[in-house]
Amino acid sequence: MSKIFALAAVVIKELYRRKDFYVLFVLTALLTLAAGAVNFFHDDKIVRYVKDICLLLIWVSALVISVVTAARQIPAEREARTIFPLLAKPVSRWQVIVGKFLGCWLATGVALVVFYFFFAAVTGSKEQIWPWGAYLEAVWMQWAMLAIVIAMVLLGSIFFAAPSSTSTITLVVVGGILLLGTHLKVIALQQPEPMQFILTVVYFVMPHLEWYDLRDFVVYDMGIVPLRAVALATLYAAAWSGIFLLLAWFGFRRKNLTT
Amino acid sequence: MKISPLSTLVGLLALAFTLATGLALTTDNWSSRAKSDNLFGMLFGDGRKLFANHFFTMADVYFHSGYYPSIFDKNSGEEKEIISASHGKKESEEDEKNEDFLGQPKDWIDAFGRNFRITQHTHLENHNEREILPWLRLAADLDPQKIETYTVGAFFLREHLGRADQAEAFLREGLRNNPDSCEILFELGRVYHDGNHDAERARNVWLLGIKKFFLRPPDQQKEDKLIFEGLVVNLAHLEDEAGNYGAAINWLQAAQKVSPAPGALQKQIDELQKKLAALVPVTPGKLY
Repeated sequence: MSKIFALAAVVIKELYRRKDFYVLFVLTALLTLAAGAVNFFHDDKIVRYVKDICLLLIWVSALVISVVTAARQIPAEREARTIFPLLAKPVSRWQVIVGKFLGCWLATGVALVVFYFFFAAVTGSKEQIWPWGAYLEAVWMQWAMLAIVIAMVLLGSIFFAAPSSTSTITLVVVGGILLLGTHLKVIALQQPEPMQFILTVVYFVMPHLEWYDLRDFVVYDMGIVPLRAVALATLYAAAWSGIFLLLAWFGFRRKNLTT
Repeated sequence: MKISPLSTLVGLLALAFTLATGLALTTDNWSSRAKSDNLFGMLFGDGRKLFANHFFTMADVYFHSGYYPSIFDKNSGEEKEIISASHGKKESEEDEKNEDFLGQPKDWIDAFGRNFRITQHTHLENHNEREILPWLRLAADLDPQKIETYTVGAFFLREHLGRADQAEAFLREGLRNNPDSCEILFELGRVYHDGNHDAERARNVWLLGIKKFFLRPPDQQKEDKLIFEGLVVNLAHLEDEAGNYGAAINWLQAAQKVSPAPGALQKQIDELQKKLAALVPVTPGKLY
């Protein structure tokens, strides 16, 4: 276990040494503050649009950070040939996969906490309320979703040639699920066969990442989601992350690292 | 002949400067975008209308606190409720049922997923209606010719937020961009009548609205008869309040010609006729 944590610590250090997080955070902060500074009809109590914009930026930024960080882990080790001394430690291949996953996930969690503190500070200063319960649920659910995404990216990075292709494909897939996941069944029912069957199968076998998006609950002050549902969704995220990590390990186990 | 790179650079800069001074005036006329006095107009051209529609829809989404059909749901094409609310339409229980676009869960994934979606049909209230205003402001900036943006925005500012001054300013802006809009004049009259209690200005604005209505082509007049009805019925009520029962009856009779419910208007006419008959003409008696 200590080997896994040591690998994870390296990934976390890498995140705060690179500029990705800082650039995205500054961009999010600037855009949110600029949006918050606009005065509509001389009414300074309007706040929901600021929440909406800020949460959207946080979602995009967190997704980009997690995908880009995870996508380069294994290819970078291979390219720099540091994978050989690493595996000679001895660290087994499954420990590399789990360590890299844990590092990316924890690093993304740290980034999320920073983002949400900024969000709470900006919106709280405007409306003078801090619904911490809703914020905690939103952070937790987003973090759980990012676990699936990071595991998916690690799997992709074993099979795709370059980090850029892994990142692009994963972002397209995740974006597609987030936008269409809820509606895929309805779309399927409107299609002729065999498309109806194919889309229905996709609907049932894909990870439903759209469940983890609780932005509407925060923006519209709709309280909190039942904890039982959150717990089940967490279990679902753990299951999908496990599936992707296992598949990544299967792929990595047979991977020829010299080519 | 050898030319130094520095002289080439200077020569090219001189050429670019000369061409720029000559072409600047010509290129200004190539595109209407450059003439736009609006930043969004310059950036997006006519594409800004798409964004304006989206932002107008966002205002409706906010009004429903996120409970809103997507393009895949069965109720996606219905009239926006912020528009019907601004026309004074109250929602019935049947309307509420019709707006349940989610229906029964289709499967366990859908059922479980509803824990993480807003599934209650609510409307903004208690001055939270202000939250729709940024989207209406953006929609107006992107498409200044979209009249509903001004009328809906002014309605919520006046009726729900008690900001008649802001409503008037927004409508005045709309009127500058759409000088022939009787819809904006109708709403402006309501701001004067209901918000500022200025019957004289309301009357003038509504009369101007009727004038503008009759300047429209006959086909459009038929399509827009509801706005005409709104104008004349409001004028009738205004005259009724002022004690001008004869004028009020005339306006209601004009409304009857276009109204889908002339019977209800007839009742109002009958009541006004009673009021008119009750007025005993005062004849001066002999003083000496």
